Amino acid sequence: MEQFIQQLFNGLHVGSIYALIALGYTMVYGIVKLINFAHGDILMIGAYSTYFLINSGVPIWASVILAMLICAVIGVVIEKLAYKPLRRAPRISALITAIAVSLFLQNLFMILFKPDGRPFPKVVDFNPIIIGNVKIEGLTILTIVVSTVLMVALHLFINKTKTGKSMRAVSQDSDAAMLMGINTNKTISITFAIGSALAAVGGILFSMAYPLIDPYMGTMPGLKAFVAAVLGGIGVIPGAMFGGIIMGVAESFTKAYISSQLSDAVVFGILIIVLIVKPSGIFGKNTREKV
Amino acid sequence: MKKDNRMKSYIINTVGVVGLYILMTSLMNGGIINRYQQGIIMIIGINIILAVSLNLTTGFLGQLALGHAGFMGIGAYSAAIVSMNMNLGSNTMQLLISIIIGGLIAAIFGILIGIPALRLEGDYLAIITLGFGEMIRVIVTNLKITGGAKGLNGIPLLTNFSHVYWITVITVVVIYTLIRSRHGRSIIAIRENEIAASAVGVPTAYYKVFGFVLSAFFAGIAGGLYAHYMSILSPAKFGFMYSIEILVIVVLGGMGSITGSIVAAIVLTLLPEALREFAAYRLLIYAVLLIVMMLFRPSGLFGTKEISIGNIFSRSKKNVKSNEEV
Repeated sequence: MEQFIQQLFNGLHVGSIYALIALGYTMVYGIVKLINFAHGDILMIGAYSTYFLINSGVPIWASVILAMLICAVIGVVIEKLAYKPLRRAPRISALITAIAVSLFLQNLFMILFKPDGRPFPKVVDFNPIIIGNVKIEGLTILTIVVSTVLMVALHLFINKTKTGKSMRAVSQDSDAAMLMGINTNKTISITFAIGSALAAVGGILFSMAYPLIDPYMGTMPGLKAFVAAVLGGIGVIPGAMFGGIIMGVAESFTKAYISSQLSDAVVFGILIIVLIVKPSGIFGKNTREKV
Repeated sequence: MKKDNRMKSYIINTVGVVGLYILMTSLMNGGIINRYQQGIIMIIGINIILAVSLNLTTGFLGQLALGHAGFMGIGAYSAAIVSMNMNLGSNTMQLLISIIIGGLIAAIFGILIGIPALRLEGDYLAIITLGFGEMIRVIVTNLKITGGAKGLNGIPLLTNFSHVYWITVITVVVIYTLIRSRHGRSIIAIRENEIAASAVGVPTAYYKVFGFVLSAFFAGIAGGLYAHYMSILSPAKFGFMYSIEILVIVVLGGMGSITGSIVAAIVLTLLPEALREFAAYRLLIYAVLLIVMMLFRPSGLFGTKEISIGNIFSRSKKNVKSNEEV
């Protein structure tokens, strides 16, 4: 029983990181119908920026905010340069561009900062909470709290503000939104900025949990977060949060009770099962494309 | 008239293919092409098989697949394990049977991931193949029968130039005739407009899975040839980066142009050999190349056009005439 609760908290820990990353995937997919493969590498950029900022003496809270800003800017620039010209192109062109942007960022960082892993500094040190025989790490609590706060903030932003409303409108029907006087380009840029900033936080929390950063670190969490987004229903924001948590818990239980090498395989097993059983995801609505 | 032309181009192509084979083998026997160059030529052949088969999925079917190297790896390991554990008669028979088994096993995996991903509209194939390619690498690294991370050693060296050449020719011919057939037209119709295709009665899910599985089969064949040429296999070879290299070949040559894939496979295999100093920048350059191609010439260098020897002849005749006039 103790082990079960312990693993549940481990799962919630990684799960809330996946949820943060999945939000970016799902928001971008919802609004431009594109799998942004470069999202995982934005996470890596967030981790690297924080690493360099902290090592040059910037306080932790400032480095996190700066890293979020850097990632938001990079996300918007990527959208403007690479994705925007292809908005009316066949989907496969946009997909190939997305995978190429991801490849570009990875290899650029590999050339600039060498492929070897760098140890991520230990920046926060909280005492673990002990309840009975269960020990919950301080970092776990911090991660869960930070991601919950961000998710609630995002939820309020999307549902209560005017910008949030225009984001919802563009994702429902971008042409109709444009006719209603919504600046779709600006809305899409804001979406990329928010998604990338959340990925930066995800990247920092991920590097705190697994304190070794390298240029390829974004691929696996990126993929898992995408699966989480599909599981929750791609394009649906609460779905991404929920999907992320489920993925994290499933992964940590597989690691604990089955085999640690198989945990990645389980992730794709989940994806295949979702695609067979309910391709629109848990929260998704079934829509059939009409002519 | 049209039938006549087609007959003529068949004859020209057959003569060209046989002629090239005779030329290459005599150059190899005469020692003009040395062992190192011979090796590069075989890798070119394997890359042509991979690129042409990926072109079927990505170019003609219009679905992005990012795990082609994974299928190649399945084919390579299965073929190697078969030929190491069984004696099937002469060298050529041994090679042929084991690579066909490798190709079939790759095709079975193609069915397993193709059905859930391709039944749906959308881009699920890209993400599922991406995950699949990585998973294959992890599984191969952890299995005992595949030699783990150290790799598989002592695979009999069976592949020679003739095998690679003729299997490449067969692959190209099969995919070319498929594309020109009723089935090929259905596949192209799905790429152009999936809803319209299904409205005129094309079973879209069936043809999507069919095209994808066939392309996985040929990737497996290429893997089998590779295994029996290298004699050692390591799981790192079949990772995501190799899938991307094949994709770059297809995109550069033109999505939907078989001859474009062949030319691009030759160029992109020779260039890295010539420019070894820049090896560190190769993937960065590939990434930039892909982005630039998609932004400015999304159809690839050749688009959907095919080059044929017949065309070149008729064009050069015209050129000669115009030169004479000048």
